[in-house]
Amino acid sequence: MNQTASALGKDLVGLEPLSRQQIQTVLDTAEPFKEISERRIKKVPVLRGKTIVNLFFEASTRTRVSFEFAEKRLSADTVNIAAAGSSVVKGETLVDTARNLEAMRIDMVVMRHGASGAARFLADRIPSNVINAGDGWHEHPTQGLLDMLTIRDRLGRIEGLKVCVVGDIRHSRVARSNIYGLLKLGAEVAVCGPPTLMPPGIGDLGVQVLNRVEDAIQWADVLNVLRLQLERMHAGYVPSLREYNRIWGVSTARLERAPKDLLILHPGPMNRGVEIDSDVADGPHSVILNQVTNGVAVRMAVLYLLAGGQPEKAEAAKQGGEA
Amino acid sequence: MSGGILLRGGRVVDPSQKLDGVRDVLLADGQVAAVGGEGRTLDGDADTRIVDCTGLVVTPGLIDVHVHLREPGEEHKETIASGARAAAAGGFTSVCAMPNTDPPVDDPAAVGFVAAEGMRAGAARVYPVGCISEGRKGERLALIGEMVEAGAVALTDDGSPVMDSNLMRMALEYSLAFGVPVADHPEDLTLAAGGHMNEGLVSTRLGLPGKPGAAEEAHIVRDLLLAELTGGHIHLQHVSTEFGVEMIRQAKARGVRVSAEATPHHLVLTDEAVEGYRTEAKMNPPLRSAKDMAAVRAGLADGTLDVIATDHAPHHYDEKEAAFTDAPNGIVGLETALGVVLTQVVGENVIDLPTMVERMSCRPAQAWGLLGGTLAQGSVADVTVFDPEEEWTVDPSTFRSRSRNTPFGGWKLKGRTRYTIVGGRVVFAG
Repeated sequence: MNQTASALGKDLVGLEPLSRQQIQTVLDTAEPFKEISERRIKKVPVLRGKTIVNLFFEASTRTRVSFEFAEKRLSADTVNIAAAGSSVVKGETLVDTARNLEAMRIDMVVMRHGASGAARFLADRIPSNVINAGDGWHEHPTQGLLDMLTIRDRLGRIEGLKVCVVGDIRHSRVARSNIYGLLKLGAEVAVCGPPTLMPPGIGDLGVQVLNRVEDAIQWADVLNVLRLQLERMHAGYVPSLREYNRIWGVSTARLERAPKDLLILHPGPMNRGVEIDSDVADGPHSVILNQVTNGVAVRMAVLYLLAGGQPEKAEAAKQGGEA
Repeated sequence: MSGGILLRGGRVVDPSQKLDGVRDVLLADGQVAAVGGEGRTLDGDADTRIVDCTGLVVTPGLIDVHVHLREPGEEHKETIASGARAAAAGGFTSVCAMPNTDPPVDDPAAVGFVAAEGMRAGAARVYPVGCISEGRKGERLALIGEMVEAGAVALTDDGSPVMDSNLMRMALEYSLAFGVPVADHPEDLTLAAGGHMNEGLVSTRLGLPGKPGAAEEAHIVRDLLLAELTGGHIHLQHVSTEFGVEMIRQAKARGVRVSAEATPHHLVLTDEAVEGYRTEAKMNPPLRSAKDMAAVRAGLADGTLDVIATDHAPHHYDEKEAAFTDAPNGIVGLETALGVVLTQVVGENVIDLPTMVERMSCRPAQAWGLLGGTLAQGSVADVTVFDPEEEWTVDPSTFRSRSRNTPFGGWKLKGRTRYTIVGGRVVFAG
């Protein structure tokens, strides 16, 4: 394996610390990896001999499976640890979990954790590469990257586009990673949702704040529609799911009044009939499943780069060369 | 009697007597026997120990009305003895121990235990503070009268606010019979629910749940109203917001009996210190905005905030070595307060040195009715001597406290304790 410093540094904790060039590099590196998943035999030896732990303290299907496919298709040896049934539920601290994994000489950890900053915490304490698969409300960098790759695939660029993230911005790591990444690539970004679900000072990050989804639809080229978690209603942030759908739901009727066609993204899992109507989710402008496909390629690119792979050698690495 | 101590040639700063000049101070029989005139030397008797204080500052002993000593119940974080020694090392001759221990100090026996352990430590004086409510549950008054008889100098449910406004009213009324202040940790828990740091741009960026300043301000306003209603003495702990300072300023102008604290950390740090999810910058109330910090400084300068208090809150390193939202609130402060205040508060001309002594010694003694706070002849011989020029780097591994949780590790400070004298006895020499 190439020992030169990775193009991303040791870890991928978020998009906020990355430069425009680094983000661009991940997106460009993802391109050659897309094709692997289309092959009959979906395996290349890029990460042969690497051991990766997928450490999921929060439930996840899509992200965990996507990482696992990315790792396996690059020939890494992987172990999955879910919080339930692990020593974590027996009261082990995060730092002890990390040290124990490290003692087994692993190369990378992919972690999802409910606490903001958990990925950084781990990254600061172990020499392995750490990839943040979502930490609390903070960041979900690979989701941000796959969203950007999907937009770029369809619209050919990011720079100058108007992207609005719609929904529960306050509690959303996806929103933050989108904001940091899209702004760095030169998009205009807005956020839209109930004011109770807007975090204070969000405008100071350089985004527009829109209260009404009609305004977002008039303004945007792309909508990234976030899942409204049921517990937000129980906690009183919104009075009812029905009202949320009536006022902030993305529906065909609303989209028809848009001055142009809008690209529709959703990080999943969807609440059909709450934040997004089925005919929108399944309609011609939805790229929701493309996001899922791109997720595997983006994660391959991140794994490859963190392992020290050179962006320009990605194509050669696929053919069996060392990264 | 044991021999006296003659503090020779130091700059004596005692705002209680409006003294600021080079003088000798003679301590004998546990009291201040004499303070010399400027330029005139004093002499003790044959067995008087003479301490050369040339270039040093001699002040009435520093008093911290807000410390957590964790005993009984959490001796792995701190004990009364280790806390009293940490206090002495920091130049404090007296500290007031908050009652949120396990079990809480809510009856006369527990008050007696804290007082006795403090005495046994033989370092800084340790004054017990009793709970306002039984078990700190916020439901009914604790045995306030009996606790005061046993030595409690104030009442508080600190660590938690008194959420029930009627209970707070009754505490302020009932305390009138005993002449002790009722101290509140002002925080509307419904508004602060789930928060782990100041609500603002930094919390939004880090994705950490915030608490708005309004959660603190709402209870400050409530407490001021209740103090005015009852005539009781409310002491507002660790005031951290601009609006809170302003409300206290206005209440004082109306004659409300209120005293209030500023902590060293709220005087010199903002929520930016949380960057990187630093748990050693996590406390309650949280570090606030630069605007709030400026207001706390202004409040300290004009006397709206009467005292500097550390809110010394030791935690074991395991507990702070965690994700930010999993880590407990609080930082230690006894061994850094003097240096931090001298360097960044006096050093940046927020207040002058005599005002610092006023806020860290005279006012705490007056506001809480404690011994000391003055070098007047015949008063208790509690004295702090520090070197205002000594430069040092904070190394938490050298703390006398059992805990190391400080945001000031590695800070270069100017000004350090040389002698801490309690009742005429040197309890710390640096």
